[in-house]
Amino acid sequence: MSGAAPISAAATYNAGDSARVSGEVRLSVEQVSYAYSANPSQAPLFTLEASSFQARPGEIVAILGPNASGKSTLLKLIAGTLEPLSGRVLLNGFATHSLTPRIRAQRIAMVQQESPLLFPSRAWEFVLQGRHAYGRALRFETDDDVVIAKNALAQVGAEHLSDRWMDQISGGEKQRVILARALAQQPLLLLLDEPTLHLDIGSQVDLLDALRRLAAANRYTVVVVTHELNLAAEYADQVVLLQRGKSLRVGPPASVYQRELLEQVFQTPLSVERTSSGRPRVSVLPGT
Amino acid sequence: MRPLTLWRLLAPCGILAAVLFVVVVVALKFGAVPVSLYGLGRDLIQVILGHTSAVSSDYGLIVIDIRLPRILLAIVVGASLSVAGTSFQALLRNPLADPYVLGVSSGASLGAILAQILEPRLALPISLAVLFTPLGAFLGAAATISAVYFLGRRQGQIDSATLLLAGIISASFLSAIIMFLITTLTGRGDLRGMSFWLMGDLSGSLQQSLRWVLGVGFVVASGAIYTTAGDLNLLLAGEKEAMHLGVDVPRVRLVVYIAASLLTALAVSVSGSIGYVGLLVPHVMRIIFGSDHRLLLPTAAFGGAIAMVIADTLARTVVAPAELPVGAMTALAGAPLFIYLLRRGLA
Repeated sequence: MSGAAPISAAATYNAGDSARVSGEVRLSVEQVSYAYSANPSQAPLFTLEASSFQARPGEIVAILGPNASGKSTLLKLIAGTLEPLSGRVLLNGFATHSLTPRIRAQRIAMVQQESPLLFPSRAWEFVLQGRHAYGRALRFETDDDVVIAKNALAQVGAEHLSDRWMDQISGGEKQRVILARALAQQPLLLLLDEPTLHLDIGSQVDLLDALRRLAAANRYTVVVVTHELNLAAEYADQVVLLQRGKSLRVGPPASVYQRELLEQVFQTPLSVERTSSGRPRVSVLPGT
Repeated sequence: MRPLTLWRLLAPCGILAAVLFVVVVVALKFGAVPVSLYGLGRDLIQVILGHTSAVSSDYGLIVIDIRLPRILLAIVVGASLSVAGTSFQALLRNPLADPYVLGVSSGASLGAILAQILEPRLALPISLAVLFTPLGAFLGAAATISAVYFLGRRQGQIDSATLLLAGIISASFLSAIIMFLITTLTGRGDLRGMSFWLMGDLSGSLQQSLRWVLGVGFVVASGAIYTTAGDLNLLLAGEKEAMHLGVDVPRVRLVVYIAASLLTALAVSVSGSIGYVGLLVPHVMRIIFGSDHRLLLPTAAFGGAIAMVIADTLARTVVAPAELPVGAMTALAGAPLFIYLLRRGLA
């Protein structure tokens, strides 16, 4: 691939070297836009202009951009919790916004920056919450639910945390348990909002390694919002670069990571090199 | 992993039911007029067998006609307040929420008083007139929780401190209106009775039809809340997270607000506003049984009933033959317990 793909040509994106990405398009973001306003009669305070991209099972998409560029808004539109002003987000052909909460939770799992727990719970109770969308209001968890929750903990290497209290484990361990709860939802689409925030570099790599492994093993489509340019370059198959509500580029990291483009978006001098794996690497150039 | 099973749900409920039974028997025995345990047991068996005529007339009057209905009333009121408190705490993500602190009890009191002032002027048929006070209390409770919910929000999110302040301010404002109405409009009325009712009082006798309203209302409203028990577990983590895990948040919120307002309204319209039961019983039950609402809601109902029967028994015996309002009793016992829990860490 040479040059960056313009957003309208997202469909021309080539899956590249990864064998794990295959099959039909699963997630299709088609010209979605959104506008926040304090009240309906006033001009909007923030607009997300039409954005498009597509992703297949096993694929990892990173949404990048400076603060207030519309990353989280785009993620909410994908999750279906915001209704697009125009355009649509299709998951296997169904608009995510029109799914009922229950069906949506069976297909889309969201890992957010954790909110504090009001009353303490154990890790296994927390992971079983991921099975809620499969049960009736008063139904007790079945043996299947327990097996799925145990597998989810095992897949993120956190079986040993099962009986620990959530408020007594480390940030990295907590992030794994939260990811396990999302896996217990058995989703098609896994969304993560800055999952590496507050994690040390070792835990960040652990988490993203786990994500890549899980995307391959369970055929998830993964969309992750992040500030970590280098981790995104290393782990993402596709990058969506946003600036002030505009989707500037969509494509593999190698095509989006152009020095002039990143410098203009992030407003700071940078250098971009290629690593031995052919992935780009960004360094800051302080004081130049 | 030890997920909740039917056995793990029924065993604690069975134990609490047994405790409640013992407490009820003790409550029947104690009072201004002493009754022997033997006589009590014999008479209870006669009543259960349906031979009410075999009960000696003194016992029949005191135990069966006066103490038993009052104890049953205490059971329903205590369970209602406790279930309402448990669900408010989960929905508002606030360990200090309960009908009394949030001003919902005061709203219900004001509604009930307005209904009692209006009712004679409307010339309603007697069957509707009975329903008028609980209906007024329900409207007052629902209006108050809506107002407090909106006042307690900051930037679209519920803020714990703002919410509690909104509740406390609403409660004191509504109490001021109540005092105004009582002093100006019911001048000839029974002020002592009114002030007892305001403090929370179970000594009033109920009309037969109101007992039915109370019983059916309790079963329907707690049943409705119980259908959301699993959702409430997830709501503890916040509305956004609950939504992503498949909870229909607006529906749960509506069901719980309406049902919890109804429980508060029923309790207030028969007993005035009683504090601390809805606040403390859920905490004690959470410490014992954990915070799974499928288990917590029924155990809190039993716990509220037990606490209220004990409080009312003390209220009518400690200064016998005079009586304290039961609300004074729950505050006397509840405030120190609350401070203890606060020092220990509420959650």
